[in-house]
Amino acid sequence: MTFEFISNTVAAFLTLCIFSFLYKDNPFYKFAESLFVGVSMGYAIPLVYENAFIPFVYRPIFVEHNFLIIIPSIMGALYIFRFTRNLSWLSRYPIVFGMAIVGMGVPMSMHGSVLVQMRSAMLPLDNLNTILIFIGTVTILMYFFFSKEHRGLYGKITNIGVWFMMIGFGASFGYTVMARISLLIGRIQFLLDDWLGIMR
Amino acid sequence: MKRQIPLIIVIGLGFVFVAHTFIPAKISVDFYEWWQTWSKAISPFAVVLGVMSLFMVHSTKITRKVSNWQYSAVTLGSLAITSLIGFVWGTQEGTPFMWLFKNIQMPMGATMFSLLAFHIASAAYKAFRARSLEATVLLLAACIVMLGQVPLGSQISKWIPETSQWILNVPNLAAKRAIALGVGLGMTATSLKILLGIERTYLGGGD
Repeated sequence: MTFEFISNTVAAFLTLCIFSFLYKDNPFYKFAESLFVGVSMGYAIPLVYENAFIPFVYRPIFVEHNFLIIIPSIMGALYIFRFTRNLSWLSRYPIVFGMAIVGMGVPMSMHGSVLVQMRSAMLPLDNLNTILIFIGTVTILMYFFFSKEHRGLYGKITNIGVWFMMIGFGASFGYTVMARISLLIGRIQFLLDDWLGIMR
Repeated sequence: MKRQIPLIIVIGLGFVFVAHTFIPAKISVDFYEWWQTWSKAISPFAVVLGVMSLFMVHSTKITRKVSNWQYSAVTLGSLAITSLIGFVWGTQEGTPFMWLFKNIQMPMGATMFSLLAFHIASAAYKAFRARSLEATVLLLAACIVMLGQVPLGSQISKWIPETSQWILNVPNLAAKRAIALGVGLGMTATSLKILLGIERTYLGGGD
């Protein structure tokens, strides 16, 4: 019994614990679920310590002697007061400091999501595909315009938008299913090949 | 004042950020670098908030002995053990910390997400039972896209991969573009509401 086999057995046991949910909710699944939450959070703590606390807090203050960093460090520590009744207002300071980036979000979202998309949409309507893309984009935007009742000719136009959206959602759905199926194939391959070795 | 001062900080710094986007001067670049340095120093403390929240929820369950409290003990125990192992032996390749990642965290994460394949299949079945024309169009597009991604699709007909690509390049593009436009306008509107002090829910409740 090698160390690799023991490691694979642990992973296989936990994999089967989670798959057992397909039958019904049971203690094995609940155990694996709780373990997953704990291990995931426990995994993040040392990584944040090594990759964020040491380079951005400890090193600037104690190695580079940049004592100004003490101010944001104290501000960050104010997060803890979120759980107190009388001093919870102090936790607003680290939140609002980060929230100020929305100022940059106004022009950037307008540029990145609106102007760039509009520029890409304004192509010469010289073939069927560009005409379809133009019709689809406009009819979907009309569908989301709720200030006018979707009835009569307007309702028929917005219905074309719904059809375009359904095809778009179908494509996204298909991609999601394929991604999940490939994960499932990966887990079954692990169980049959890496663990049991019956596919070799 | 407990709400007003944070609000003034958001509005003041927010407008400086608006100016920063349009002014490529050195002072503007220096301001952005200063903000980034301070934000990076603040960010690790947010994890403390998450850990404290998790600890408070589960320790309350354990002390009150609510039903299934044993699983809360598993969560807290595994959290403590994993982080302790990370601090004692480090996080490099070949350490017990990486063993935990490779044999516990990663297999369970992949299995959790692969479970969604079954749930999605069940959702598709329910959608198809709805028997509306729109639901049928959705499933037809999904089936063509799925078949277009695997060798079976091209074996059935050479038109399937081509149709799949056409769906992705034309109607899907139109849908994604319209949704992106809507999202962009929504983001701009929400950002403006925060910047002008109309939206204040991020400040939380209380005084």
